[in-house]
Amino acid sequence: MTSTSGTETASGTGAGTEKIAEIKTQYKKFVGRKILFIILSLILIFIIAGVSATLGSYPISVTEVYSIIWHGIFQNVETTQGIVVWNLRLPRIIMGILAGMGLAIAGTMMQGILRNPLASPFTLGIASGAGFGAALAILSGASIIAGETGEYLIIGNAFLFSLIPTFVIILFTRYKRATPETMILAGIAMLYIFSAATTLLMYFSESEAVKEAYFWMVGSLGRATWDELIFSLNLGSLSIPLPGPVPIVLIGCIIPLMWKSWDLNVMAAGDEAAKSLGVNVEQNRILILIIASLMTAGIVCFTGTIGFIGLVAPHMCRMVIGGDNRFLIPASGLFGAALLLTADTIARRIIAPVILPVGVITAFMGGPLFLYLIMRRRREYW
Amino acid sequence: MKLKIKDVGFGYSNMPVLRNVNIELAESEILGVVGPNGAGKSTLLRCIDRILIPQKGCIMLDGRDIREISRMELARKIGYVPQDGSQIFPATVFDTVLMGRRPHLGWRSSERDTEKVLETLKILNIEDLAMRDINELSGGQQQKVFIARALTQEPELLLLDEPTSNLDIRHQLEVMEIVKRVVRERGISAIMAIHDLNLASRYADRIIMMNGGRVYAEGEPSSVLNEENIRHVYGVEAKLSNHDGRPYIVPVRACVRC
Repeated sequence: MTSTSGTETASGTGAGTEKIAEIKTQYKKFVGRKILFIILSLILIFIIAGVSATLGSYPISVTEVYSIIWHGIFQNVETTQGIVVWNLRLPRIIMGILAGMGLAIAGTMMQGILRNPLASPFTLGIASGAGFGAALAILSGASIIAGETGEYLIIGNAFLFSLIPTFVIILFTRYKRATPETMILAGIAMLYIFSAATTLLMYFSESEAVKEAYFWMVGSLGRATWDELIFSLNLGSLSIPLPGPVPIVLIGCIIPLMWKSWDLNVMAAGDEAAKSLGVNVEQNRILILIIASLMTAGIVCFTGTIGFIGLVAPHMCRMVIGGDNRFLIPASGLFGAALLLTADTIARRIIAPVILPVGVITAFMGGPLFLYLIMRRRREYW
Repeated sequence: MKLKIKDVGFGYSNMPVLRNVNIELAESEILGVVGPNGAGKSTLLRCIDRILIPQKGCIMLDGRDIREISRMELARKIGYVPQDGSQIFPATVFDTVLMGRRPHLGWRSSERDTEKVLETLKILNIEDLAMRDINELSGGQQQKVFIARALTQEPELLLLDEPTSNLDIRHQLEVMEIVKRVVRERGISAIMAIHDLNLASRYADRIIMMNGGRVYAEGEPSSVLNEENIRHVYGVEAKLSNHDGRPYIVPVRACVRC
């Protein structure tokens, strides 16, 4: 690239303004491409959701599915088809969308604050913490407790334990500065400790309970019901549907994370540069870590540890639309949702009637896809 | 913009890096900070921008202690160009320079910010690179992008940490000319840590020579850059000649006993 010496820059010449106008158009085009990607991901979700709802042991056509969903919004469904779609398939699909969205956004944020392409909700020990919490509840007999209490005990325990690694990391940064290296290493240490604890627990437990705990840890959308998604407020005869725990956690976390997207962009330039640009790096890093961990915990306590989405979705989106987090956060959220939904559809159908845990498919599908993308990407960025 | 550094001391755990540093910066001045590796040049710049906080002494900006100024406000007053700006994820040059507007805006960037970015790209003559990815650029081009980012902050003081390291001679001259021009045109001040004594001699109004965390000598290039000081601080025997009223240094050999 040649450029003339600094002293002889002409300002305000005709050629100059033309060039400026050209850059502006290029920039607008680039922004347009990012928005297009977001819209396409959204459309993709609708298509996959529609297709996914038709598949299963009870065949239903695409048009029927959409009509059932449309009518189900306004009145109770009574047909068998309606109940299959509305009560069995739809909660699972919506849970898939929300979980994919949350995990992908949490991954984006963690990669951003730690400036590390390998960071994800899993490398920081959050998932293994949740796994241990669930295993502890299951193996100590919570699953024997009849009905919902036992279920809540497992979920609550998983949620609580998934926050411990983050808590320890933050405690750690009170003694050592909150640098990415410190935090990642502390997270990996937590991952090993909790994995070992879980193994120990399973080693001394009965095989039935171990199997259940194991299923929990692989991660599946099979347990999804409307209870997690919608909270019905009963006022006498009137029932008002309100967002349930999962959507509430998601909304409550995504809004502050979006608000921090600009700071996250600045932090990508390095700690020193970010500080000189007015960003309180350490404080932001801890705040964002807490929010992203809460969001992950709110998801994995219901679904178990679904891996890979949080790692892969942000990278795939970055390869297409670049690193500007104002667009990357919504894009990777929607793309992650589409990805998880696809994986779950495959998990349900590949060796039907056996339903595989979605965590297995995300890894099997995501791994090779990821390798392929790394091979053919144009630029080096780590 | 008046900067006053008073008795500043800084150390990592038990290793003192800066000891009793006193510096005053005049308005619209380029101050060159020279000295061997480990003399404390970069640390000094980081303390001025409050990236590091000195354990002793204070740094006053227009009569206010910088510890009392919020980070955002400080970012509107001081622009910092780090030695290497490692950008880990993809980012276009345009977006990188737009970061410089962060201290001036809320969640959205406006048309005015876009104009400022374009204006700065033009000053540095890198508008052709606007949509390129920063990771694809050469070291010299990247350096210009980081200077552009600092300039869009519209600071009153520019801190440059080794702005010419890793640059070829053409880029070295271009970068120094740009700094000089911006300082003159905007009436701002600049402090640059620099290894190349000849570039310091040619472009700095005043030079501070540091050694072992202390200010060893201070003054105009012609008074600071002499054979005696260079021998004592660098342990290098050098020949000096005069070039347009500024000293020109030719290092001869590293001396065994200085």
